[in-house]
Amino acid sequence: MPQLGADMAAGTLTEWLKHPGDTVRRGDIVAVVETEKGAIEVEVYDDGVIDRLMVEPGTRVPVGTVLATLRGDGEAPEAPKESPEAAPPKPVVPPPRRTMPRPTAEGERARISPAAARLAAEKGVDIHRLAGTGPHGAIRIADIEAAIAAPTPVAAEAESPAAAMRRAIAAAMGRSKREIPHYYLSTTIDMGRALAWLAAANEKRPVTERMLYGVLLIKAVAKALADFPELNGFWQDGRFQPAEAVHIGWAISLRGGGLVAPALHDAGRQDFDSLMASLRDLVKRARAFRLRSSEIGGPTITVTSLGEQGVESVFGVIYPPQVALVGFGRIVERPWVVDGKVAPRPLIQASLAADHRASDGHRGGLFLATLDRLLQEPDSL
Amino acid sequence: MTDEDLKQAVKDAISGIAPEAGFDALDPDDGLREQLDLDSMDFLNVVIALHEALGVDIPEVDYPRLFTMNGAVAYLKARLAA
Repeated sequence: MPQLGADMAAGTLTEWLKHPGDTVRRGDIVAVVETEKGAIEVEVYDDGVIDRLMVEPGTRVPVGTVLATLRGDGEAPEAPKESPEAAPPKPVVPPPRRTMPRPTAEGERARISPAAARLAAEKGVDIHRLAGTGPHGAIRIADIEAAIAAPTPVAAEAESPAAAMRRAIAAAMGRSKREIPHYYLSTTIDMGRALAWLAAANEKRPVTERMLYGVLLIKAVAKALADFPELNGFWQDGRFQPAEAVHIGWAISLRGGGLVAPALHDAGRQDFDSLMASLRDLVKRARAFRLRSSEIGGPTITVTSLGEQGVESVFGVIYPPQVALVGFGRIVERPWVVDGKVAPRPLIQASLAADHRASDGHRGGLFLATLDRLLQEPDSL
Repeated sequence: MTDEDLKQAVKDAISGIAPEAGFDALDPDDGLREQLDLDSMDFLNVVIALHEALGVDIPEVDYPRLFTMNGAVAYLKARLAA
């Protein structure tokens, strides 16, 4: 079970798309798991043949649990063992068809043994959310102990996808603001040249191949980061760990609320056509809740463009363990001084929210200046 | 195609991208993108859907003419007649 986000502790395997004996290649989608970010397609990281599936659909397992085993193309399948070690990993939470918590009607007294009631009060366990396993559904000490041991309340699984996503955002953003000493910078960038270049390029393209200015922003950020490795990577284990490639997490707002920021892999190295195709595909799948594990876990920095409908500037909250977020507001036409003369120009506010443990404002400022310079030369992006 | 047909074509194109979009309270002379919360990617996909459904070519410079329902119907009618 891959960790798809800093605060993910467990996920539910919903479907196997490959079966024992199937040949798989690196990057193939083998399973679908349900997480707080919706259904995520899990990719395989090696070539081989599926040997055994270790987790049944419908089972919730902790991050790090082996979902399936692979063998090399030539290897013989592992002989099935009868020993207890060969038993599938024990799920953290029993499969779905367990006793659902039975909320006690108001005024009704919960059946509970006095010792269990004392323990519940002591540990702060809400007995009204528990289903007892004693006679007539009475709550016993063992039930309270099980409730204490369970990492998440059982009720969490019954919540709506929107509520689950809200909770995931709350956890990640809460952690960000608790742990990350943010600093914020912003600058105004003249988008005149970039937009003229884009309009000329799109004029020659059929509608299905036209680009949005977002791809110019993404490419410019990715290229600028080449000179600022301290903004691209993760703060982990008390130190900054630079990432080897630039995978831009593009913030996508979802209809009905919430957002995800899946990765555009190697954004700086993709040409405009493939970047635009990737972006269209990513937005479509994000809104259909069909993202892949490498996209969810992959970003090394986040870019958000909140412009579209309104605001002129955005100062982001860094998505841990990343160390920076680049924000873009709406493009607005404003008076601007060009060559000593006031002229109307399309301007955009670019901002940087960065982790002060990993970088300093001086370098952050140089990064925004580099971004500005790159957007003045769209031809060489 | 009648104006009603074209209006339906626009609605169909939008519904394909934003299935939850409601048209009952839509002001036909006010911005579609603002009223239905469509971003630039959604709008591009609407233009592509209209292109595929009606076979009209819609250059980027003409996008602003599609920003309202009435504008879109008038524009598409003119393009189809051309």
